[in-house]
Amino acid sequence: MFELRDVTVQFGQTVIVEQTTRRFRGNRFTAIVGPNGAGKSTLMKLLTGELSPSSGRVLFNGLDIAKQPARSLAGYRAVLAQSNHLSFPFSVHEVTGLGLQGTSVDRKTRSRLIRNALESVELSGYEGRLYQQLSGGEQQRVQLARVLCQLEASSAPDDEKFLFLDEPISNMDVRHQIKTLQIARQYAREGLGVVAVLHDLNLAARFADEVIVMCLGKCVADAAPKQAFTEDMLERVFEVGFEVSADGEDHIRVSLCDIVDTPHTPSVRP
Amino acid sequence: MIIWRDLNQAMVMSMLRASDGDRSSRALIVIGFLLVLLVVTSVLSLTAGAVGITTSEVFRTLALELVGGETDQTSSLVVLGIRAPRTVLGILVGASLAVGGAVMQSLFRNPLADPGLVGVSSGAALAAVTVIVLGIPAPLIALGATEFSALPFAAFAGALITTFSLYIIATRSGRTSTATMLLAGIAIAALSGAATGVLVFIADDQQLRDLTFWSLGSLAGATWPRVSAILPFIIPGFITAGLMAHGLNGLLLGEAQAFQTGINVQRVKLLAIVMVALAVGASVAVSGVIGFVGIVVPHILRLVIGPDNRYLLPACALTGANLLLAADIVSRTIVAPAELPIGIVTAILGGPFFLYLLLRQKGLVDV
Repeated sequence: MFELRDVTVQFGQTVIVEQTTRRFRGNRFTAIVGPNGAGKSTLMKLLTGELSPSSGRVLFNGLDIAKQPARSLAGYRAVLAQSNHLSFPFSVHEVTGLGLQGTSVDRKTRSRLIRNALESVELSGYEGRLYQQLSGGEQQRVQLARVLCQLEASSAPDDEKFLFLDEPISNMDVRHQIKTLQIARQYAREGLGVVAVLHDLNLAARFADEVIVMCLGKCVADAAPKQAFTEDMLERVFEVGFEVSADGEDHIRVSLCDIVDTPHTPSVRP
Repeated sequence: MIIWRDLNQAMVMSMLRASDGDRSSRALIVIGFLLVLLVVTSVLSLTAGAVGITTSEVFRTLALELVGGETDQTSSLVVLGIRAPRTVLGILVGASLAVGGAVMQSLFRNPLADPGLVGVSSGAALAAVTVIVLGIPAPLIALGATEFSALPFAAFAGALITTFSLYIIATRSGRTSTATMLLAGIAIAALSGAATGVLVFIADDQQLRDLTFWSLGSLAGATWPRVSAILPFIIPGFITAGLMAHGLNGLLLGEAQAFQTGINVQRVKLLAIVMVALAVGASVAVSGVIGFVGIVVPHILRLVIGPDNRYLLPACALTGANLLLAADIVSRTIVAPAELPIGIVTAILGGPFFLYLLLRQKGLVDV
């Protein structure tokens, strides 16, 4: 379980994340949404241990995350970062295999894990292609395969493992956006905790068990999509008019209202 | 002949298998081939020179020396006293330069980071020249330091300071900027060059003769004591590099990504900086500034076996050793009995080849 306890992140005078407390458990797909600069990625970086809070604590399984060595954390959680640039000519097979570094899997398991991971992101047959020669969406899928490899190689029990995805589908075509979120949801069903930063409200509503709406460094809503995504809330946070309608029993559909130019007020705190 | 054919066949097989993206078996074959090649190059290096000694004589001298038999005075002196240390030094320096280059490129996540290009070699040379011209600081003399033993230390310190400052300057919040790194490298190289120039200006005639080889690079001063003087630097350097292969691979993904896959990023970065300084410092101390090995060798090998440091580093060591031995053979035979500084040979070979590679593989080197 990951836990944020009253964390604040502040660069100079700018507060990026403000006094946030939240627990992240297994068996859940949590989506984080919010406008640019709301602190979504920063919140993610706190959870993955990449960033230390200016005040407050980040705990994993009850222990301060900063005190846990990188190797042991890597056995529990895998992270897909927002941008992944490689300057050297790795093949798709090699990039995916980097997710298995430092683990003691044998050669056979290794190639099986790589094959399975590439298959699940629909990149079978791309093994020999060079990463640089792929499109942005394909690169994102290769990186996802690498992250899945890392999770699969870990011997930790499923309900203690976590998958963090920071805008994982930003460059993908529609089919693979859905495919990726299906993979994420499947992992959550198997007991893992999944946390993803998403921009598409409909996909977040469709796939996530719970959504955190962030605005100006604060969590302004934190509930199941149906409860969190109200027209009023979305309009205040995104400064765009939305219409939320029921879509069957369980789902909601978010659509844009007629676009009217509303003045942008960045300092408003909903 | 048969071995050669088998090797060729294995090579083709592995190339085919490489279409599944796994280049590890190809890498092992390449490493095996480079080992065999190194034996051949070493024998050539022992044979080539002003005094004509045939290959069989070289072998006989080596064999007799090993069993403690009576050897022919001249060939023994030439082979064991002059050519053997030069060959060993060539292997060590070539391997250090190539591995140092590869490690530095992984550290900076940039295929253009070369100790020669970004001023690390100049920094090491400046420190060495300072020792030659101004002498050793008095407290060190009290500790028993001689100019001979102080040189590798000075060069190592110079390389360490340069690499470290370069890294600090070019890295802001975990991102290393290519432009800043190259420009800062040029500035550091220019500063070191200027300071070296001042030292040359105040140097006496004897010191000047010692200094010339620093600017162009040469293996001419090779002796067994020199070999043993740099071993304490080069051996830990290679061991460090070998232990870091995983960590360096992680760094290629990015610092955050490396941390997330379980790598202690700070430790790997620190080790990488020390390793580069050890390798470059030791090489510069005994052979001056030899350019292009650190950039051309890793680059070519990445095209053949890929950037995985577990294979790239040993392959670089072998290719660097081969390349430097070959360049040294050229440097002492082409204008015999005089010698062309080896730095000129590597630049003539390396410069155009590197340009050709850059132009041909434009899309692959994304800087």
